[in-house]
Amino acid sequence: MNFLALAAEILRKDLRIEARSREGLNTLLFFSALLVFLFRFALGPTEAQVRQGAPGLLWFAFILTGLWGMARAFQIERENDCLEALRLVPGDLGGVYLGKVVGGCCVMVATELAIVVMFGLFFHLDLWPAGGRLVPVLILGTVGFVAIGTLFAAITAHLKAREVLLPLLLLPLVIPVLLPASRLTELVLAGESLGAEPHWLRLLLVFDLVFLVLGYLTFPFVMED
Amino acid sequence: MVHSGTSVVGVSVRGLGKAFRGTWALRGVDLDLAPGETLVLFGPNGSGKTTLLKILATLVRPTRGSGVVSGADLVRARDQIRHRVEILSHGSALYEELSARENLSFAAAIRGDRPAEGAVAAALERVGLGEVADERVRTLSSGMKRRITLARLLLRRVDLWLLDEPYTNLDREATKVLEAALQEHQERGGMAVIATHNFLDGFKLATRLAILARGRLILDEPRGTMTLPVFQELYALRTEGGGR
Repeated sequence: MNFLALAAEILRKDLRIEARSREGLNTLLFFSALLVFLFRFALGPTEAQVRQGAPGLLWFAFILTGLWGMARAFQIERENDCLEALRLVPGDLGGVYLGKVVGGCCVMVATELAIVVMFGLFFHLDLWPAGGRLVPVLILGTVGFVAIGTLFAAITAHLKAREVLLPLLLLPLVIPVLLPASRLTELVLAGESLGAEPHWLRLLLVFDLVFLVLGYLTFPFVMED
Repeated sequence: MVHSGTSVVGVSVRGLGKAFRGTWALRGVDLDLAPGETLVLFGPNGSGKTTLLKILATLVRPTRGSGVVSGADLVRARDQIRHRVEILSHGSALYEELSARENLSFAAAIRGDRPAEGAVAAALERVGLGEVADERVRTLSSGMKRRITLARLLLRRVDLWLLDEPYTNLDREATKVLEAALQEHQERGGMAVIATHNFLDGFKLATRLAILARGRLILDEPRGTMTLPVFQELYALRTEGGGR
């Protein structure tokens, strides 16, 4: 089966499961709301403090929910030994990786948009004017995170301590994505354009590409015994 | 083993061994299977039956030895083998949030198969699940889930079936469907390796009988005129001490 057709099948299946599963997106949204609520208490009502901390807090919330989403993507495959059936796919298992990455990005970006909206509401911030520039930053940051996260979620899928190991292994590795993503978010929220500090954008693009290529090339070996 | 032109039609493995962290689960297994043959593999728990099936399915790489399945090398041509083999293992490999129909279509699609129009419905109908084809799998009983895996087996025309404890959760009616399907598979020249503890049903399906104990194939004979009580006695003698 060709690589793109396989990726499309995996994506379609994952999105269908996410749409139907009650413990999926609903739990993520509830968890997101809880996080933003806690931030509200931690930061207090001062607008200056909130504006200063917003980019970091937003990405902190994205990563926490993202970690949960990553783990869940392979929990679905572990149930009933579905992972075993995926390993028997003839051809390029990179297609499974691509399908999982695109599916993970869709779920994570949807959650991130919900977090941004909740953040605006809870902190009385008008984030709409920055929306058009914020979305590309969210997408680019998410691609890098999910690209490497999917690989590590597959690596830890069979381990007993996977819930602990996944964040331990993944968080240090996503720093090169988190730094430029949160800096770009800060610029965008301050009303600047994405090109105001182009080196951050370039860094983010480079690491997205590096993580995608690394994941694509390594994933088939991870899936083998 | 049957040779057709330059390729080997059938299964042939030599000196197959598998070690997990220094412990040998399978040791020096030699096995030949010709088209139309069904080898039923008996053995105590932990004797290496599942490991052997997984090696033949290309899910596990052998530590030692070599093998050919339908002309394709077990280690170097795994993709070719994956097109020619179907495994029914302990896990159902079903997604709980998808329907039976969606699960079967997905399983066929990722293996590069496009089942003929109505083939999925026909397979589900045959295992008695036509009416619940669009129900989510999580709402079905474990017996019904097992029937879906049986329908998945019926959907693909492959050379080799690898069935690990196929009778688990199957009622008499579903067992009859499995037996009939296996009969058709044999008549088409298909091969099967079945691992089971169920002497009665396993014996009935076999054209060859084998016993694995402590990772070694200690018996591999045509069923021929052997009767079930004789085989059971042989099994008890050969596997005394539980095979471990």
